[in-house]
Amino acid sequence: MKKGILLHESDDDVGVATMDLTVGEVIQAVTLEGDPVAEIELVDDVPLSHKVAMRDMGAEHDLIEYGRAIGSTSTDIAAGAHVHTHNLQSNRWSGRSQIVEHHGEQS
Amino acid sequence: MTTYEDIQLTGYRRDNGRVGIRNYVLIIPVDDISNAAATGVESLVRGTLAIPHPYGRLQFGADLDLTFDTLIGYGRNPNVAAAIVIGIEPNWSNHVAEKIAETGKPVTAFSIERTGDLQTIADAARVAQQYVQYATGLSRESIEWSDLLVSTKCGESDTTSGLASNPTVGRVFERLEPLGSTMIFGETTEVTGAEDKIVEQCASPEVAAAFQKGFDDYQELVKSQGVNLMGSQPTEGNIRGGLTTIEEKALGNVEKAGRCTVVGYLEQGEAPTGPPGLYFMDSSSAAAEMVTLCCAGGAVLHLFTTGQGNIVGNPVLPTIKITANPLTAETMTEHIDVDVSGLLRFEYSLDGAADRTMEMMAKTVNGRLTCAETLRHDDFVITKLYRSA
Repeated sequence: MKKGILLHESDDDVGVATMDLTVGEVIQAVTLEGDPVAEIELVDDVPLSHKVAMRDMGAEHDLIEYGRAIGSTSTDIAAGAHVHTHNLQSNRWSGRSQIVEHHGEQS
Repeated sequence: MTTYEDIQLTGYRRDNGRVGIRNYVLIIPVDDISNAAATGVESLVRGTLAIPHPYGRLQFGADLDLTFDTLIGYGRNPNVAAAIVIGIEPNWSNHVAEKIAETGKPVTAFSIERTGDLQTIADAARVAQQYVQYATGLSRESIEWSDLLVSTKCGESDTTSGLASNPTVGRVFERLEPLGSTMIFGETTEVTGAEDKIVEQCASPEVAAAFQKGFDDYQELVKSQGVNLMGSQPTEGNIRGGLTTIEEKALGNVEKAGRCTVVGYLEQGEAPTGPPGLYFMDSSSAAAEMVTLCCAGGAVLHLFTTGQGNIVGNPVLPTIKITANPLTAETMTEHIDVDVSGLLRFEYSLDGAADRTMEMMAKTVNGRLTCAETLRHDDFVITKLYRSA
C-alpha cells in the first residue's frame, strides 16, 4: 500500500498529500508518528501539500485538522476528494459567521 | 550512530549563573550617529562585534524603552562575555552600561561629545582589546540542556511548515520541557485563529489573561489604523501551496509550541524570570525583528523553520534553519542547517526529525557555526513602535 497522506491527528477530517495523488489511486494515510490510520481511494487529483477528505462530510460541517476546526464546508464533500477554497471557507474572517461585516473589505 | 544524547554540551557560565554558547565582545552603539565609532572599534580589534542600528535619538515613552531594553538585553545576553557601549552623550550610554553591569560582566561606556569619534575609538579600542583577551581566556565547561534558553519562529511558511518542520520544533520543545530548558515562541498576529489553542495550553488563568490581552491589544491597533490586515491572509502563495484558511495557517504556526505548557507571558524583549518551560513573547511576525526580540530576552539558541526559504540570521543569537520543503533544501543549501523533508517521504517519524534537529542543536551549542552565522546574516533589527519626536 502506497503511503501518501499525512495526518496531524488521527481523527482529523483531512490529511495532506505528500506527493501528487491521482484519481482512482488507493493511498495509505498515516500520522506523523507513522501509525496507519486509513486507506483512501482518491476521487479527485490532489497535488502535493493539498488536503484530502478522510470521510464523507455534509455542507456547513466544522472541518477538523490539527484536531480543531479550520473552517466549515461549503458543499458536501466525499471521502477522497480534494479539499480547498472551492469547498471550505474560514469561520474567522471570510466565513459564514462574519461574511456580512467583512463584505466589501476584502482586497 | 552518534545521537544528540551522546554529545556533551559545553558553554560559558557567566557570573550571574546564566549560560552562553558564544563568547562575544559586543560593541553597542546607543544611537544611530554612534555607529561609525562602534564599527571603527570593531575594525581595529579582532574578536569584537559591533551591532549598528538606525535608532536611539528623539524617541520617547514605550518606544524609547523598547530600544533601550533591546540594547541592554543584547549586552546582558549570555552569549556576550563583555560589552563596550558608545553613545553621543554620557547619560544614556551610562544608563545602558549600568544595566548590563548588573550581570557582573565587564562593561564600559563611552560618549563622543567633547571627545570626537577618533579619540573615542582609540579609548574604546584599548578597553576592547583587554575584553577580547579576557573573553578568549575563558574556557567552555560542561553544561546541560536545562542551562539553555531556546527560542523559535517560522518564516516564509508553506504547508510543509505546519505539516513537518513546525511539528519537529514542537517535538523538540516537548523533549526540552521535562529536561528543564526555557523556551520562547511568539508572533502575536500570526497565531490569529489558533489563539484559543494557546490559551488552553496556558499554565494558569493569569497567564492566559496576559496572553489574551496582548493578543487583543494588537488586534485593536490594527483596527485603529483603519485597515483589515486579515483580508490578505492566507496569501496567494499560501493558497497555491494548499493552505485554505487563516485558522489552518495559524494552527500550523503554533505547532512549534508542541504540547508544552505555556508558563508565562513576556513583553517584547523581556527576559523570562519565572520557572523553566515555554513562554509566549509578544512580538512582531517579521523575522529579523522577532529573532532580535528573542535575543534581547536572553535566548542563546534559535530554531527557525522555513517553507519557501527565509534566510534570516542574528549577530548574537545563532539561528538554526530547518525546512521540510525538498525544493528549498535543494536550491538553498547554504541557508539550511537541518533538512527534515524525509518526513514527507516517510523515511522517519517526527521523533527521527527531532533527533536530527537536536543533534544539530548540540553541535551548534558546542561551537559549530550555523549557515546564517557563516554568511554574516547579522540581521539586528530593533522593533520601532511609533515615529520619533
